[in-house]
Amino acid sequence: MMTATTAMTDYNFAYLDEQTKRMIRRAILKGIAIPGYQVPFASREMPMPYGWGTGGVQVTAACLVPEDRLKVIDQGADDTTNAVSIRRFFQRTAGVAVTEATSDATVIQTRHRIPETPLHEGQILVYQVPIPEPLRFLEPRETETRKMHELEEYGLIHVKLYEDIARHGQIATAYAYPVKVEDRYVMDPSPIPKFDNPKLSGNPAIQLFGAGREQRIYALPPYTEAVSLDFEDHPFVASKADHDCDLCGAANSYLDEVITDNHGARMFVCSDTDFCRVRREDGYAGRLGASQGDQ
Amino acid sequence: MYVAVKGGERAIDAAHAWLAEARRGDTAIAELSVGQIREQLALAVNRVMAEGSLYDPDLAALAIKQARGDLIEAIFLIRAYRTTLPRHGVSTLLETADMAVCRRISATFKDLPGGQILGPTFDYTHRLLDFKLAAEGSVDPAPTAPADLDPVPHVMAMLGRDDLIQDEPAGNDTPPDLTREPMELPASRALRLQAITRGDEGFILSMAYSTQRGYGRTHAFVGELRIGMVAVQMDIPELGFSVDIGEIELTECETVNQFKGSKTEPPQFTRGYGLVFGQTERKAIAMSLVDRALRWKELGEDFTGAPAQDEEFVLMHADNIQATGFLEHIKLPHYVDFQAELELVRHLRREALARQEAAE
Repeated sequence: MMTATTAMTDYNFAYLDEQTKRMIRRAILKGIAIPGYQVPFASREMPMPYGWGTGGVQVTAACLVPEDRLKVIDQGADDTTNAVSIRRFFQRTAGVAVTEATSDATVIQTRHRIPETPLHEGQILVYQVPIPEPLRFLEPRETETRKMHELEEYGLIHVKLYEDIARHGQIATAYAYPVKVEDRYVMDPSPIPKFDNPKLSGNPAIQLFGAGREQRIYALPPYTEAVSLDFEDHPFVASKADHDCDLCGAANSYLDEVITDNHGARMFVCSDTDFCRVRREDGYAGRLGASQGDQ
Repeated sequence: MYVAVKGGERAIDAAHAWLAEARRGDTAIAELSVGQIREQLALAVNRVMAEGSLYDPDLAALAIKQARGDLIEAIFLIRAYRTTLPRHGVSTLLETADMAVCRRISATFKDLPGGQILGPTFDYTHRLLDFKLAAEGSVDPAPTAPADLDPVPHVMAMLGRDDLIQDEPAGNDTPPDLTREPMELPASRALRLQAITRGDEGFILSMAYSTQRGYGRTHAFVGELRIGMVAVQMDIPELGFSVDIGEIELTECETVNQFKGSKTEPPQFTRGYGLVFGQTERKAIAMSLVDRALRWKELGEDFTGAPAQDEEFVLMHADNIQATGFLEHIKLPHYVDFQAELELVRHLRREALARQEAAE
């Protein structure tokens, strides 16, 4: 029996065989039909380690068509090692075009960030998810947490948030901040900083979440409501470091803190490298932008 | 489309080149061949086949070479390769009773039909480093005896005749395939056994050991341990009968567990079962202890809270490829999360210190 192969390898287009892709697409469709619900799927063993994006890679592989333009980011950046590795994987196995420009990409695979540039209709954002279960660290048993979702029994997570406030005066969750989807399922948005949470809701792009090791896929269809859990008297705040980007001067983008010498001097730069690059090309400059921006 | 080469890409290329050089080691020393690994590191090859869930000694040996002897890395290579293989069909049930045994022992009977065969075991060697091996001398051939062609029946079958051991009726259900369907809990025994046989040897060993030390004690004896070659048969629809497609080496362990009876079961011996690719004795024995510990529910025993009794705990943490991937992923960049935590801790500290000052 012959299977379609790309010119470069003996593997099928985008590595996975068509049967596997079909199985994953079914899981994706089910996820889209029930926003926020974790669909079990028969995750395959990929040629990269579990925990390194195998869920996202499988979802991306199932979505890709030869005409796609793929962008891969990790921590917001296109050139972090694991983003490079995953992008290369798809260049080798699917031969698709790749890009660093958020607005040019048709499929974006991400780890830990949502791009700053607003997404548009027709784009797919694929998240790599380590622990898909928002209740996991409150209840370690999958058999229990599935039941809690079935019964919409989310008291435990509200108690946890309340205890945070009682102890610390605020909700002490800085990333992987849980959201409630269309007033039904509580969902883990993957370990994005809570700064990114507002971008989850009402987003024109399709958002797909893949957890390979935990064998779960879930989704937010376009324009789905995803509300960060909070209390009336302690509303959710999308916080970030209280600085502007030292390279491009952006006041509203999520920042990485970079230690620049042995005396603790620091600079703050956009975690989204494409966003920062475009701003600098457009002539914006931050505190250190002129000297360090154009390396 | 052109992608500018950046630091990450160059670093990865350089790291791979360095890795290849380090793997080869000192080029003044002869290179290992895959055949040498297959023949002389056979127990490592067996472990890679067992936990990689793929019976192919040559590929396992290649994986060990490529992984520089890191067996979990080798298992990973085999697993990733295995996923890409097409499924041609399913074999008929293996008849381990017809095994051509090279080792067969029972701890419960002094002698029995088929006899006790020690085989190539480390058991009674004195663990003294053999410096002669460092000199790479030749090995004298082992003494031989004519093969005994009498059948070697299962010890458990003999106990079963007197109803002294819990019956395990044959079933016709096609077992689920862990590698093709997501794990769902509670799991059937077939699925549990499948997960344990490809589970990490160290994890299964420690789980089994914990039952012996009292965390879910099962009072196990090795009723029988057998190692040898078993024919694999497949039904060929076009022919209308089954044919041998090859043979594989297996280790099978059946434990006899003391059992005083429960609310639902009469006093009788119960069983634990282990079946693993290759000569993998430690794993097979450990597997049968863990299997028995996980059977508390169907035997009407109490759950004592022991880790080895806890199906979800054992099955969700037995796989070393999942475990090592997730463990090692924490070395990937996490600066975004860390930055979020930094801001949070700074904020909490500011408030706590302000409260402290106000109190003073």
